[in-house]
Amino acid sequence: MTTPIALDRRTLIKSAAALSLAGAFPAWAQSGTPGLRPAPGVLSGDRIALTVGESHFGTGGRSAHAITINGTVPAPLIRLKEGQRVQLAVTNSLKEDTSIHWHGLIVPFQMDGVPGVSFPGIRPGETFTYDFPIRQSGTYWYHSHSGMQEAMGHYGPIVIDPAGVDPVQATREHVIVLADWSPVHPHVLLKRLKQMGGYHNFQRQTLAGLLAGKDQPLRDRMDWGKMRMDPTDISDVTGSTYSFLINGHGTPENWTGLFTPGERVRLRIINASAMTNFNVRLPGLPMTVVQCDGQHVQPVETDEFQIGIAETYDVIVQPTEAKAYGLIAEAIDRSGQVRATLAPQIGMVAPIPDLRQRPLLTMKDMGMDMAGMDMGQGGVIDLSQPANDSMSGHSMKMLDPSAAPEVPMGPGVATLSSMPADRTADRPTGLEDVDHRVLTYADLRSLEPNQDIRTPTRSLDIHLTANMERYMWSFDGVKLSDGADPIAFRHNERVRITLINDTMMPHPIHIHGHFFQLLTGDDPTHNPRKHTVNVLPGGKISFDLTADALGDWAFHCHMLMHMHTGMMRVVTVRPAEDAA
Amino acid sequence: MKRLLAAAALLVGIATPAIAQDHGQMDHSVHQMPQAEAAPTAAEPVDPHAGHSVPAPAEPVNPHAGHTMPASDDGVPKGVAPPVPTDRAAEAFYDPATMARARAAMLKESGGMTFSKLMLDRLEYRAQKGADGYAWEGEGWIGGDINRLAIKSEGEGDVDGLLESAELQALYSRAIDPWWNLVAGVRQDFRPQPQRTYATIGIEGLAPYWFELEAQAFLSDKGDAHVRVEGSYDQRITQRLVLQPAAEVNIAAQDVPELGIGSGLSTIELGLRLRYELAREFAPYVGVHWERSFGDTARYARAAGEGASATSLVMGIRFWF
Repeated sequence: MTTPIALDRRTLIKSAAALSLAGAFPAWAQSGTPGLRPAPGVLSGDRIALTVGESHFGTGGRSAHAITINGTVPAPLIRLKEGQRVQLAVTNSLKEDTSIHWHGLIVPFQMDGVPGVSFPGIRPGETFTYDFPIRQSGTYWYHSHSGMQEAMGHYGPIVIDPAGVDPVQATREHVIVLADWSPVHPHVLLKRLKQMGGYHNFQRQTLAGLLAGKDQPLRDRMDWGKMRMDPTDISDVTGSTYSFLINGHGTPENWTGLFTPGERVRLRIINASAMTNFNVRLPGLPMTVVQCDGQHVQPVETDEFQIGIAETYDVIVQPTEAKAYGLIAEAIDRSGQVRATLAPQIGMVAPIPDLRQRPLLTMKDMGMDMAGMDMGQGGVIDLSQPANDSMSGHSMKMLDPSAAPEVPMGPGVATLSSMPADRTADRPTGLEDVDHRVLTYADLRSLEPNQDIRTPTRSLDIHLTANMERYMWSFDGVKLSDGADPIAFRHNERVRITLINDTMMPHPIHIHGHFFQLLTGDDPTHNPRKHTVNVLPGGKISFDLTADALGDWAFHCHMLMHMHTGMMRVVTVRPAEDAA
Repeated sequence: MKRLLAAAALLVGIATPAIAQDHGQMDHSVHQMPQAEAAPTAAEPVDPHAGHSVPAPAEPVNPHAGHTMPASDDGVPKGVAPPVPTDRAAEAFYDPATMARARAAMLKESGGMTFSKLMLDRLEYRAQKGADGYAWEGEGWIGGDINRLAIKSEGEGDVDGLLESAELQALYSRAIDPWWNLVAGVRQDFRPQPQRTYATIGIEGLAPYWFELEAQAFLSDKGDAHVRVEGSYDQRITQRLVLQPAAEVNIAAQDVPELGIGSGLSTIELGLRLRYELAREFAPYVGVHWERSFGDTARYARAAGEGASATSLVMGIRFWF
């Protein structure tokens, strides 16, 4: 069968123009790449030199200052081998401090790269040499932990090949790094959010919409207005300023990865965004998820998944036809998307689907899920509560201090989830009703059995709290800058941690230096191991953590501006008191 | 002093409906407790440790010590967290002074940054009967999430050059709950003559249904007191076209003849402005402004040869940065 190959000359020319503006890409991120293979651009071996610098970057007509590593955005691919040791000499040629955090890598804490927690940072003109053994395999990434540089291009992929046989067999592989990029400096974006919480939201409900019968009916709008809650508040920073990128390429530049029909193609997908969760799909091409956060999972086929910031998913696709397939990463608030292409030949163009309808948040996203009562209150449903679904009844509980007695009330806590449901099996925001398969966390089962399946000896609830109008974000109502105590663990103790999302936004929560096992099923042996978990709005998620890494670690929301407004803690792991 | 108290009482009386409505929600939530009590694992709000299978010693230092419903009702005990360490792990590898500098910067960048906003909400030309006028109203702040220094200014005049009123306030603003700020400070009136200096205290914030409200009590250096209450609402017609009704009410505790103020309800201003946000920070607008004086204030106005009420068509710009 012969499929005509559509060469789109205009796109090619536009791409060329955009690329000349954008400057160089590392080999793996260049459009038309045949895929990962030993190449001059890939950094391997036991000594690697990285230089953090600055340059200009542009996409789709937007252009501004960017932060680069070895001259490129995204940064070079670092490809290592499980069992090796690596020295990474990082030279800072910026005028400000920088750092590199190896996201998901199990390293000694003093090599983890968080200024003020694990090391002092790298001052201008200095070189800091990271030195650690590689104890794992999989897909990871690296990024700055200084001054929101990650939002300006300071991020890159890491691939670690297993010491033995890779259980994932593929004939070809591509690294897919998703990102958001604004020509506006992230500090200015944050300032605008502090000045006006809804600054970047141009998809709010309007009178014109009401008259046209769109969105919520008047009654619901009144009810939400009474609570001063906006059901369209899905992303803080949106496509109004962001260009969404795949491997540094916007839709016009159409990054293209090549394949030969019939091949098993492994896509190592990394969400390196500052503020954007994405819905990822390849229309017409089912994906088999084989890895998440660098950890193998039992293969599970799906048509679409939502990737939280800092998560990674490895999927296998097997295109059989010699045609172009779109790789679509859509911002979850549907304020924008980016299309890349998998094709047998460069120049082929996959169609760009229309942006789908912006979702609206619901009462469940406010932690007022009636179905959640079962789980939350031991199966007892209170019949004294009015049976009708009147929202005035709900609104009275949007801030009931008894829902979280340990959270101090104050300006930074506008809402508490009164009935947070475990949402690990829920389809994520905006994908509830799509008419194809959608991956949920409950679909993930680890391939290799978990090493530690002890029942935790204690439990810990952590509330994810916010006031979206004041743009304040915190854990347990306290910002890190307010002098919050570290979260203390004993070495090797096992703790069940429940994250309760008291806000109406998903939060990708990341703990450094550890993997935890997400409670998705009854079999602790195969609960998925993760370094970052996206807690859905108004919901909760539990995981078991073995505190096996001594030292001080960062623990934070990976929405960069949530972290920078205080949604962060230091986690300490010390020998147990009696062992000390 | 009595007058300030009187003004404050007046202010409280006026501000109460909005605040009461707000806190009323929280109060009602307390009434929801019977529902929680019905659940076997219900937490007593007074004692976060109640209802636990394993009694945990109180550890006030650790905010996580208190376990609550509804999380992890799954047989894992609350347990006891280890004490918070007093050492810092990185200091074993790096110079403590260098680490201290980095830690201070990290903490500041994790919620402790200072922001600011300067906004001219109205800068407008008023076409009206008699001489046309102009007016401005703006505010700014600088600070963190809770404590801020704020300034406010408003005034109006005739285009032929007469500045009728001009005031500047310098305020300390403190966030007292998710929606409301307490403000206190001084106000200087440069016009009308004779100039006055006031002490002021007030409240401002966001009421249910997205109404912006502010109420301030003022006590002048001559001892006279009054209250000002303002409110507005942004009705989004499209993503960039916004219709803003606004109201201002002034109430005085006494006559101040030299300033043309009569006791009781002195003036009401109503406005309706339609703005188009070319950018969030920059919006031209058109609208209508109506103001009317009452009681002795109206009498003073008429005695001065002015009308007790005025209607003007306005056009202007709103901008901030």
